[in-house]
Amino acid sequence: MNKKPRLTIAVSALNAIDSPGPGVAVIRALREAKSFDVRIIGLAYESLEPGLYMHQLVDKTYQVPYPSSGIDTILERIDYIHAQEKLDVIIPNFDAELYPYIRLEGQLKERGIHMCLPTMEQFEERHKTNLPEFGEKYGLLVPKSKVINDISEIYKLSSEFDYPLLVKGQYYDAYVAYNQDQVKTFFHRITAKWGLPIIIQEFVHGIEYNVTGLGDGTGRTISAVPMRKQYITDKGKAWGGISISDKRMLALTDKFISGTKWRGGFELELMKNKDNQFYVLEINPRIPAWIYLAVGVGHNIPEALVKLAMGEKVEPLGDYAVGKMFIRYAWDMIVDMEEFQTISTTGEL
Amino acid sequence: MIKIKNNVAVSDSGFIFNPDTGESFTVNPIGVEIIKLLKEGKTVDTITEELQKTYATDAQTLEKDAEDFIGLLRNFSIAENE
Repeated sequence: MNKKPRLTIAVSALNAIDSPGPGVAVIRALREAKSFDVRIIGLAYESLEPGLYMHQLVDKTYQVPYPSSGIDTILERIDYIHAQEKLDVIIPNFDAELYPYIRLEGQLKERGIHMCLPTMEQFEERHKTNLPEFGEKYGLLVPKSKVINDISEIYKLSSEFDYPLLVKGQYYDAYVAYNQDQVKTFFHRITAKWGLPIIIQEFVHGIEYNVTGLGDGTGRTISAVPMRKQYITDKGKAWGGISISDKRMLALTDKFISGTKWRGGFELELMKNKDNQFYVLEINPRIPAWIYLAVGVGHNIPEALVKLAMGEKVEPLGDYAVGKMFIRYAWDMIVDMEEFQTISTTGEL
Repeated sequence: MIKIKNNVAVSDSGFIFNPDTGESFTVNPIGVEIIKLLKEGKTVDTITEELQKTYATDAQTLEKDAEDFIGLLRNFSIAENE
């Protein structure tokens, strides 16, 4: 019997909070991988990210510089971590990390560190700011949207959009505005936190659905698992959901993957309107926080993603169980002060 | 002719799950009975006749209630016209 290989995999987004990062769920999936064993290296930005202290899941954590600090600074830190751990794979799970990691892909590969990420072109063209062009290019229904860079542009919106409308940040945050004053408030709130531009988007009434999946970069769908959000938090995050079998959603996902030749994990945020049409609201170019539902229905997407990163050929994952639910919960961990002290002072735990 | 969608799951306890939409519903025992009869391919007229044998109510009320219920099933994409 062949011994399973042991891979050292670095995973980011350990912020398992009310608007959780996908890291902890990804690690849980990797720990259940059938084709390899893992040593998990956590990559943390803040010393209070809960995943840092989950020692049953994370073997060692290193604090890393923010994506905005530039690729040289990030590479320097990765080189340090790589010297200690000999990384095989990195799975960046934050939207904001993807730009630097895509740029670093070649240099990391030279060091023997593998990733499975979308190309820069794929990453750029599905951006919220480019959604109308993206929808047109690939034949996907998307809500009308407009990018604004100046608050004075808000005054012209009423001729183009009906209220309510959505005010969105480039990477994070979205608010429903019912009048011009609210648009102004949200414009300031988002720009103060995330900067410009702001995206104004038509508000599509309907039921929210998500699809997570994996493309191998040739246009082939390795996995697609649709989910209906059953319980939504005030931040719009799914706190409970159920796997479903809607063939139209699966066909839409195939169309997205085959059209873009998508490489890597992703999440499609969809809205079904009263006429049963699916609108693509957003394309998140990474694994979503609810990924463990996909594992629970038989598609270990993080495992397949690691195999793709390592250059293996991966076959489509096939059928999945319909009608399985995930229900998220919060859990209070008791942590010794020494641990907090260690990560805060040394940047490692 | 109305029929229950093939992939819709209905339990004896009256729990309905539509795997296409992820929606779930609960219906009372008479609802379960009507759904079972629809699954057997019975028409609304036959269903009304069958129910009349068990429940003490006039045909007109029964027919109206059954049609209302079937209308709901159609609205929620549980049933469809064949």
